[in-house]
Amino acid sequence: MNYHKLRRVFVWELPVRVFHWINALAITTLCITGYMIGKPPAIMFGGEAWERYLFGWIRYIHFVAAYIFVANFVFRIYWGFVGNKYANWKNFIPTTRKYFQEMWEVLKIDIFQTKPGEHMAVGHNALAGFIYFLTFIAFGIQVITGFGLYAAMSESWFAGLFTWVVPLFGADSGVRNLHHILMWFFILFTIVHIYLVFYHDYLKGRGEISSMGGGWKFIEEEAFQAEKAKEAAESKKAA
Amino acid sequence: MSTRPARTTYYEELRQRGYSRRDFMKFCATVAAYLGLEASGTAQVVQALSDKPRIPVIWLHFQECTCCSESFIRSSHPIVADILLDKLSLDYTETLMAASGHQAEKCMRDTMEKYKGEYVLCIEGSVPTEADGVYCMIGGRTSLDILKEVSATAKAVICWGSCACNGCVQSAKPNPTGATPIHKLIRGVPIIKVPGCPPIGEVMAGVLVHLITFGKLPELDGIGRPKAFYSKRVHDTCYRRPFYDAGLFVESFDDENAKKGYCLYKVGCKGPTTYNACSVTKWNNGTSYPIQSGHGCFGCSEENYWDAGALYARAQPFPGFGIESDADKIGTAAAIATGVGIAAHAVMTNIRKSKLIHDVIEEGKEAEKEL
Repeated sequence: MNYHKLRRVFVWELPVRVFHWINALAITTLCITGYMIGKPPAIMFGGEAWERYLFGWIRYIHFVAAYIFVANFVFRIYWGFVGNKYANWKNFIPTTRKYFQEMWEVLKIDIFQTKPGEHMAVGHNALAGFIYFLTFIAFGIQVITGFGLYAAMSESWFAGLFTWVVPLFGADSGVRNLHHILMWFFILFTIVHIYLVFYHDYLKGRGEISSMGGGWKFIEEEAFQAEKAKEAAESKKAA
Repeated sequence: MSTRPARTTYYEELRQRGYSRRDFMKFCATVAAYLGLEASGTAQVVQALSDKPRIPVIWLHFQECTCCSESFIRSSHPIVADILLDKLSLDYTETLMAASGHQAEKCMRDTMEKYKGEYVLCIEGSVPTEADGVYCMIGGRTSLDILKEVSATAKAVICWGSCACNGCVQSAKPNPTGATPIHKLIRGVPIIKVPGCPPIGEVMAGVLVHLITFGKLPELDGIGRPKAFYSKRVHDTCYRRPFYDAGLFVESFDDENAKKGYCLYKVGCKGPTTYNACSVTKWNNGTSYPIQSGHGCFGCSEENYWDAGALYARAQPFPGFGIESDADKIGTAAAIATGVGIAAHAVMTNIRKSKLIHDVIEEGKEAEKEL
């Protein structure tokens, strides 16, 4: 049997990992509280209204999580310019022909599996990067619609930046509906995201799941050298 | 009507109609309060209505039901109806003027010429644009034609009600007459939107008094509505708000919670998305408003309220999936489909990538044995 020597590659820096988990926590909180705001649970309660503030708290948690989500998102955009090459913004926005070719490759190999074997990517593969880009756009729309709705009941300067949103849509109702629909985008994304992490970990054994803990991925020496040669050839071509 | 004296003030007209100064002062104080002025503001209102000549008004009716006029003449203070409507809009208003036919049209023309750039144009109703506007003709002319001409030399345009502000029911899908709100048809003249179906009479009076007192438009929000009346949601000042914050909701109109007066959010109350003064000013001399009588808010002052979901449901239809759909139904179906897709993909992976998976597992097992 051919035994592989593994190279440890530091892929996700600490700020990227912290971003990921704050983001995951914030989105989970926002989806749960958001769903409850859209469809409040029916609760039997014998006391008086002043004795509790349940829905008030649900909304409060939603708003706090929203602020955390935005700050975290803004930080991640910043890190896209100063972080390592796996965190760079170029991973997410298709600018080259090669990017599209790689997306197509990933589709063939991993999604439709019409092509055998595996696709090698140390950080994000092109398809994943592009999906994250779409997710970032969804983040943006969710922030704009959410704070647009929030602006009417807030005195804060940040919410004040979004007073143009409702006039753009004409009324609150349309903004609400879009905000509600996009919540499902996040739920679907999460389902697929978690599945694919397991898929890659299971298929390739490179520590896909744990990489978001310690930041490392473990690449076979041959694959590592091949990747290195590919990178060198590319930078030579670019020069 | 042709023998009207030069230009009397509102106060003079009032005294002629038999109101006392006390009535007048009460009215001024009430309106100043509605406008959100401080106590000293009352004096400004008094002075304006005593000294300033009455503003000439042309009040046009297009595609509407006249509920705005009805609301206006039933506002809590009789002076509103007597002076602001009767006297102030005497120049031209199809509903209440004595003149008719050519005389009425001449009346409007006289006002337009005599008070060019001074008169206020009040509009009830939307304007049909389909079939060259034949769906609403007055005196042989289309409403669009009349609107363009009369608005061109107006000082300001006040859009009464949802029809004029956002098209209301006649502009709901499929909008056969091409009913269009006023702000989309005219340019270059200040527009105040006073939406609602109808708007509250006191709000209408307040807007007019503001215009008279300060000689300029009240402060407007991003949509063009006076901030004094439309900056808060019905929900924000609703007396049932504590039930909402406590998470206590009416589940259906005939349940125990409805009797207890819980929040109507889950039975489709649109208070949380509706900007209006109903829960503060209330209706019929401050007697009540829809939510107080056990019925959720329709959101009648909001744009597109006829098409933005059912009147008794919170959730709105998912675009393109019919009126029965909502984001949660479509989302749940999509999540189930995603789950099925994932299961299929997992099975396929184990079949088509079996060599790859086998190699990784074998390598790991070997290492385990060696240790």
